[in-house]
Amino acid sequence: MAKTLPKTDIVTVGVGWVGGIIAAELTKKGYKVVGIERGKERSTEDYFMAHDELRYAERKEMMQDMSKETITFRHDMKKRALPYREWGSFLIGDGVGGSGMHWNGQTFRFLPYDFEIYSKTVERYGKDKIPAGMQLQDWGITYDEMAPYFDKFDAMAGLSGEANPLPGAPQIKYPTPPMIETPVTKLFKEAAKKLGYHPYHMPSANLSENYTNPDGISRGACQYCGFCERFGCEYGAKASPVVTVLPVAKKTGNFEVRTHSVVRKVLHKNGRATGVLYVDTRTGEEFIQPAEVVIVSAYQMNNIKILLNSQLGKPYDPKTGTGVVGKNYAYQTYLGRARGFFDDKEFNLYGGAGALGAQIDDFNGDFFDHTNLDFLHGGTMHITHLGDRPIANNWVPPGTPTWGKEFKEKSTFYANRNLILAAQGASLPFQDNYIDLDPTYKDAFGDPLLRMTFNWKDQDRKLQKFLGDKSEEVMKEMGATHVLKGGDDIKDYDIRNYQSTHNTGGVIMGASPETSVLNSYLQMWDCENVFVPGASAFPHNSGYNPTNTVGALAYRAAEGIEKYLKQGGSLV
Amino acid sequence: MEELSLSEKETAPKEKNMTRRTFIRNSGLTVGGLVLGGALGGLLNKKPAAPASAPAAGHVMEASNHNQALMYFTPDQFKVVDAAAEAIFPKTESGPGAKELLVAYYIDHQMAGSFGLNTKEYHTGPFYPGEAVPEQGYQHHLKRQEVFDLGIVALESEAQKRNKKRFFELNEEEQVAILTDFEADKVKMSGSVSSKFFFTLLRKVTLEGAYADPMYGGNKDMAGWKMKNFPGHQGSYTNLEEDKFVAIAPKALNSQHNH
Repeated sequence: MAKTLPKTDIVTVGVGWVGGIIAAELTKKGYKVVGIERGKERSTEDYFMAHDELRYAERKEMMQDMSKETITFRHDMKKRALPYREWGSFLIGDGVGGSGMHWNGQTFRFLPYDFEIYSKTVERYGKDKIPAGMQLQDWGITYDEMAPYFDKFDAMAGLSGEANPLPGAPQIKYPTPPMIETPVTKLFKEAAKKLGYHPYHMPSANLSENYTNPDGISRGACQYCGFCERFGCEYGAKASPVVTVLPVAKKTGNFEVRTHSVVRKVLHKNGRATGVLYVDTRTGEEFIQPAEVVIVSAYQMNNIKILLNSQLGKPYDPKTGTGVVGKNYAYQTYLGRARGFFDDKEFNLYGGAGALGAQIDDFNGDFFDHTNLDFLHGGTMHITHLGDRPIANNWVPPGTPTWGKEFKEKSTFYANRNLILAAQGASLPFQDNYIDLDPTYKDAFGDPLLRMTFNWKDQDRKLQKFLGDKSEEVMKEMGATHVLKGGDDIKDYDIRNYQSTHNTGGVIMGASPETSVLNSYLQMWDCENVFVPGASAFPHNSGYNPTNTVGALAYRAAEGIEKYLKQGGSLV
Repeated sequence: MEELSLSEKETAPKEKNMTRRTFIRNSGLTVGGLVLGGALGGLLNKKPAAPASAPAAGHVMEASNHNQALMYFTPDQFKVVDAAAEAIFPKTESGPGAKELLVAYYIDHQMAGSFGLNTKEYHTGPFYPGEAVPEQGYQHHLKRQEVFDLGIVALESEAQKRNKKRFFELNEEEQVAILTDFEADKVKMSGSVSSKFFFTLLRKVTLEGAYADPMYGGNKDMAGWKMKNFPGHQGSYTNLEEDKFVAIAPKALNSQHNH
């Protein structure tokens, strides 16, 4: 029998970027917030021994314990889904700060085109341009409406960046200057410029200089130590919830975090949530935390799981395309890339930062004409200087064996002589790429696991081929002696190989309850005191990393939650 | 391939050891704030790490290395793994191979613990190894320890079949031939894993043993890192804007632990 605790104003399911932003914004206004977090408390001190590639990058120290919970996966509806048993394609963080602790800090706004992708596609190319089965939708909000929330996130995190020189790109003023220029970023920029493209330094949440944000939080500049992605930052130079928004919430005295506590369900009655049911994993006890407003702010997939297991919102049916929870699961098309090997150049690749890099947006969104192309949207192409780690970095030119003498000689020779141009492509939603509950496999509490049904479509294969060709062109211009190209022969989605932790959709926002779960304040159409911000709200995924848009949506939701607490009812 | 000989470059006359003052300036500690302190404060308060003890002659070090004992493998199993790892990552002009780097000890220690027992993975049934496509990831019920047990038996039985010898008694060419067939999945292993699966795991842990922090038992004297000019654990880099490649003498995590 679960024990019922005293009621609070707001309960958040998970304390990552979304939970942290909402907690900071609403505790400042005097509301009481309880954050329920499945993992442990975290601080910068945790990372005193963080420069350990094996523990953090290979053994996934900061990720959820899969023995307790995972997802199942299959390529299509006819197959049996089987468990994702070890981390591969994407990595879901756990603990206070969530995946906001182990990210790289590459921080981009989605484009005006993204928020109105359906209307803008039809306007420029006509309805017939959208292939059968592709479920493009507008987001129910425009870039101009989003801009103030983006500004808030950028100021909070202290983003380091410069204006995008591409004609037509939104002009953003960043609070701190871009990170350093290295021979790697320089080489890329020179080649891209020669080819007529528009390179710029990528916006970074790793501070280029000391910075104090509007909340009075001061952080020091990045040390370029080379341990960013998959690692926590011992300096606090990389923006994370733990070094930005959570101290602000804690200082108010209105915020309480309960760690080692897993939310199983949102409890609701007559279309209103009453609170959440959670388990303290240390004692095994169950608790009910009643709240005026419930924020589902876990990782994208866990948000879907909690709604489905709570029977909140209408589950999506891939056969008819009706229903909404689990709809429009999208990912990132990251395989159109080119790795260059330089026989006569050696770079200081051991150091760097997760978001030390440069890129071009010339082939993202609708910046280029798609009239004669057989795909929509596009991707960004970037070079990073993020610290090449020796276990992971064993690249050899095409045709070299993968072990033995020649492999060893070449993998050591090229350790500081290989660069990759990675093209991060959009992922557009299809009727039969979706998430539901698995009929067989269960988590540690006996609740069904999520089941992912997903595969690449012609759209994805053609886009990745296109981006691979462009990447190869730039890499050759950079003077690589040998080029290893990706994107040519993409078959089925492979969950074994790391691609990106940019999973999106499943609890999408939109203009109508028929086609979406949430309105533009991330408030559930079907249950007005439940808000579900996060990448799960994206109706499709762009050619950018998601965090900036997730953060902006969280600021937007915070504003909506306050409105709701004052006036009640649907905000749209 | 003369250009591949890198062993002379590992020394680092231009090493950039940050002074305490540079560190403070770069890290911005002079700015007051809610979030500094923590690990950073601890770092600054601690005494400078003791210099690494001077490397003695190889065999003397080995005699005193308490890490060179077995947690999981039998001595015979160890010999097979030691030989196979050396074939995958052999001693070459550019530096030591798996044997000298103590890679097989690393593998033994990994198999004894969480990784060998798949403790942080979803290891719950039902299992459908026959039905799974490779892109769904591993779908067998065996733990890595058991995969290694089966793999070692298979290496030994191939060696017997082909050359009437133990695997570790074969010459390099014979060992490479067997491993090549494992990689190509041409050898039938008993149990629900393929020889290719075992080979992929063996290659993975061999590279880990060459390049993980030496505290895990391999990468002896950071020689794996030196071959790649990887500086290991450094607090900061200030040379990344420079055009010239700078080799920096590596430090392991023990340099960070002032006990």
